[in-house]
Amino acid sequence: MTDSPSPTTPSRRLDPVALLAALAVVGAYARAIWFTPPERIQGYAQKILYVHAPAAWVAFLAFGLTALAGAGWLFLKDERLDRFAESSAEVGVVFTTAVLVTGPLWGRPIWGTWWTWDARLTLTLFLWFVYVGYLVLRGAVTGRESRARASAVLGILGALLIPFIHLSVYLFRTLHPMPVVARPEGPSMPPVMLTTFFLCFFAFTLLYVALVRARVAYAAERDALEDAAQG
Amino acid sequence: MSAPGVVATALRIARKDLAIEFRTRSAFLSALVLSLLAIVIFYFAWDPTAVGPAVLAPGVLWVTFTFSGLLGLHRSFGVEAEDGAMDALLIAPVPREAIFLGKALANLAFVLGVQAVSLPAVALFYNLPIGSAVVPLAAVLVLAAIGLVAIGTLFAGIAANTRLAELLLPVLALPFFVPVVMPAAQATAGLLAGRPLAEAMDWVRILIAFDLVFCWACMVVFPHTLDD
Repeated sequence: MTDSPSPTTPSRRLDPVALLAALAVVGAYARAIWFTPPERIQGYAQKILYVHAPAAWVAFLAFGLTALAGAGWLFLKDERLDRFAESSAEVGVVFTTAVLVTGPLWGRPIWGTWWTWDARLTLTLFLWFVYVGYLVLRGAVTGRESRARASAVLGILGALLIPFIHLSVYLFRTLHPMPVVARPEGPSMPPVMLTTFFLCFFAFTLLYVALVRARVAYAAERDALEDAAQG
Repeated sequence: MSAPGVVATALRIARKDLAIEFRTRSAFLSALVLSLLAIVIFYFAWDPTAVGPAVLAPGVLWVTFTFSGLLGLHRSFGVEAEDGAMDALLIAPVPREAIFLGKALANLAFVLGVQAVSLPAVALFYNLPIGSAVVPLAAVLVLAAIGLVAIGTLFAGIAANTRLAELLLPVLALPFFVPVVMPAAQATAGLLAGRPLAEAMDWVRILIAFDLVFCWACMVVFPHTLDD
């Protein structure tokens, strides 16, 4: 196996989606930093939210799709679904980490504290725990099918857990700002900021797609190599 | 197999697990000693002149239950590892839901057994007046134990097939224990402070909902965690 050529030819070409995502991220944050006025009360700290909120959106999207892909795998047993779930979970953990890092940076000047046990903070923290556990589980199971099985089950239960954590910590107490963009009477934000926000959401979503594509390509090559090694 | 058949098979599996445990008593005694040790150590982890024992007790109780419960859950599939017992169980013509239910019932008996000793122990060491609250307190304990055991049994089954078995179970299970332990500890705190059960009903409702959703979900997904 060591001296035989690789069974697949890894593509070294740049993924056009990755290029697009990089451009979108640079463009959106150039606008957020230099061309969007700071918020009147929060000042420059508010600009952290241009990273925080889109990262949170991508994290929830990533974990939601992980759970769906897992459920799909249980029915279809298609390896591609499992590779997608694996990739999406990993990218989701990265974005959740970004949420958990940027949140305290904003919270310290605005709330006066790095951390508070507010409903959404706690929920995000526990999502992070669940999906770090998910990645640890994937690493601990040998055998591709058992791994897909176990992680599909964990992904589905993780999705079921969300309302319960939310409900219990909400009853505990909550301090998080109420939604300012998605609410029935329309967004309460100047149009210039709103546009920047939407651009950042768009850029991060593209970034998510690009990262997952790269991660899925890696997983496919790894599995192909494994198959080839086993003959 | 009909529903009564599943229950009968589950009871037989639970009886088998409890018989093994009763004859060796290894896990039960370890869990018991662990929980008593935890109760004692926690007492000295705080300054008793600053924080009253009655304030500490609910937290101590639930941290203790959580960790001693994990000890029993781990054993649940550990006993099947020897002599290919798990394979034999899978080959046997019983529905896999019955295997889950049987394991879960045995674990529930185990956790309730530990609780039956550690609750009086906490009352004794922390000088708690639990006399009037004992019935609603027991109800909260049972509701929480059902949720912990449903999740714990499923993850113990998953973790048993991995390279990291002992390490993996707490990493997987503890985040799922939060929506059980938090309401249970809050309800316990209210009851121990002499408040009526009606005040803690919001927490009890979360416990009941968690039990219903996760008992059902774990039983449905359990067959998928086993290799064909």
